[in-house]
Amino acid sequence: MAASNIVVRVRGLEVGFDGAPVLAGLSLDVMRGEILGVVGASGAGKSVLMRTIIGLVPRRAGSIEVDGIDPAAAPQSTRRAVERRWGVLFQHGALFSSLTVRQNVQFPMRENLRLSRRLLDEIALAKLAMVGLPPDVCDKHPSELSGGMTKRVALARALALDPPIVFLDEPTSGLDPISAGDFDELIRTLQRTLGLTVFMVTHDLDSLHAVCDRIAVLGDGRVITEGSIETMLASEHPWVKSYFRGKRARLGARAA
Amino acid sequence: MNGVALLEAARRDGRLALSAGGAWTAERAGELEGLIESVIVRHQRGAGADIDMARVERLDTFGAWLLERLVRGLAAAGGEARVVGLPEHYRGLVRQAGEANRLGPTPTRASPVAAALATVGRNVGEIGRDMTAMAAMLGALVAATGRAVLRPRTFRFTSMVNQIDRMGWRAVPIVLLITFLIGGILAQQGLFHFRQFGADLYVVDMIGILVLREVAVLMVAIMVAGRSGSSCTAELGAMTMREEIDALRTMGLDPVDVLVLPRVLALAVALPCLTFLGAIAALYGGGLMCWLYGGMSPEVFLGRLREAIDLNDFAVGLIKAPFMGLIIGVIAAVQGLAVEGSAESLGRKTTDSVVKSIFLVILLDGLLAMFFAAIGI
Repeated sequence: MAASNIVVRVRGLEVGFDGAPVLAGLSLDVMRGEILGVVGASGAGKSVLMRTIIGLVPRRAGSIEVDGIDPAAAPQSTRRAVERRWGVLFQHGALFSSLTVRQNVQFPMRENLRLSRRLLDEIALAKLAMVGLPPDVCDKHPSELSGGMTKRVALARALALDPPIVFLDEPTSGLDPISAGDFDELIRTLQRTLGLTVFMVTHDLDSLHAVCDRIAVLGDGRVITEGSIETMLASEHPWVKSYFRGKRARLGARAA
Repeated sequence: MNGVALLEAARRDGRLALSAGGAWTAERAGELEGLIESVIVRHQRGAGADIDMARVERLDTFGAWLLERLVRGLAAAGGEARVVGLPEHYRGLVRQAGEANRLGPTPTRASPVAAALATVGRNVGEIGRDMTAMAAMLGALVAATGRAVLRPRTFRFTSMVNQIDRMGWRAVPIVLLITFLIGGILAQQGLFHFRQFGADLYVVDMIGILVLREVAVLMVAIMVAGRSGSSCTAELGAMTMREEIDALRTMGLDPVDVLVLPRVLALAVALPCLTFLGAIAALYGGGLMCWLYGGMSPEVFLGRLREAIDLNDFAVGLIKAPFMGLIIGVIAAVQGLAVEGSAESLGRKTTDSVVKSIFLVILLDGLLAMFFAAIGI
């Protein structure tokens, strides 16, 4: 039973771009129904790890299993099925700029499901309502949206097919602290309501305090330490110490 | 898929008893929608209903919304609907779905006739705005030229040389090839038809005048519009999308000075050079065709060519070239700076740039032909 609680299992992962490796022998587990926060210095390979798991970056060695299946080794049809089990929120939203908000959210449904137009519209509006957007944004184009709205629409699109796993790349970057707090709360609520497993790359200490069940710290191409926020605060690793107990950390810790 | 029915209806004590089962998820949402609609349609007015969700194995947003739609549909037909046996962990989801789509359907679109009329109106307005924008860009270019003349150090000479290299020098092979072929085709057609009247020699007159006055400059302008005008629009458009133009403005620099003027001047310099080369290549192609296909020796061709054309023919073609370059550059800049946020808009503006510059190049050629005829050269 314990094994099936691991949704994403990464073992000995090595990734590099012509020359120095970015990830060297990284191992990490993501448990079902948790929010895992991945932190690390800029350039430590957080986004690369996420992009490797979802298959955008090729790996040199190691294994990645999602629900026990290695998407890269599986035949096309199995890989499609695994890919449908996750939704991805890219750092800058990556909304399709020539489609309206409604069409963006409907896009994965149109491609994968056979639904009536009415149901598509209703579900899209329901998803937008879930991420806290009013119905009147649905006919806007992405270029007309603010940063926070873009992230919300991108989250609605990531959740379009009700995937059990969600990858978030810096969901709160570029948002003001209040919007970022709202967004954290939104992720928490959605995670509880939909029973999501969340893999979140972040720099935001407040997010880590507020929503993450577990935190993994990346450095030197591997996981330096992982555990709850208390573990992080107790860690004596210099980088972890300065990150969680440094000058900027004080405020976040007090607010949480 | 499996044996459990998604939705079964029965009648118990005058109430509708609905029993749900299986997976109420995205994959089966289409099927489920049909079932729900048929239940709502067949529902008796005023009768109550119980929806038993106890046997539902999985529920996601799609299922939760369809449940909500079923409840609303039954309620709209009079009588209330109760949801019973819903597993605890799905309550939050169903509650969220209950808050969705409360505002009624979104407004429907206008009638197709009105939409067609609106499109025509928008396009007419667009033509007007385009002309204004072109006039404004021309004015801005004159002002920028003035500034560059007053303070030559501010002129981006390096950028212009780079653009001449990209738009002029690198276009030489394709321009030579195409004009060579066109010259050959003209000669072949001329020979074929003129031979019937025994007027072979006049083919040389036709090729000489046609190539030098019209064909070389038109072919070059059309090719440059497709090759360099489009890339210029795409470059400026991508810079607009990524706020690079705004960044320039905030640094106190005028994008016309920095980006547009070097490109337009480069085009105005490159086009006469390309036209000259194109004309030579076309004459060469024509001469070769006359020799190989028409049996006219090169000496005869050259001798006849010398009699048929004079410097005016050559000058007329060459004078037109810088204006063509100006038109291509101005349109490319106007369209590039008008790109909005979306990728689609970038594509549309690039197409517009090529189509409009080719159209205006041909229009200008016609006007200038009339002008030169009027002044007698």
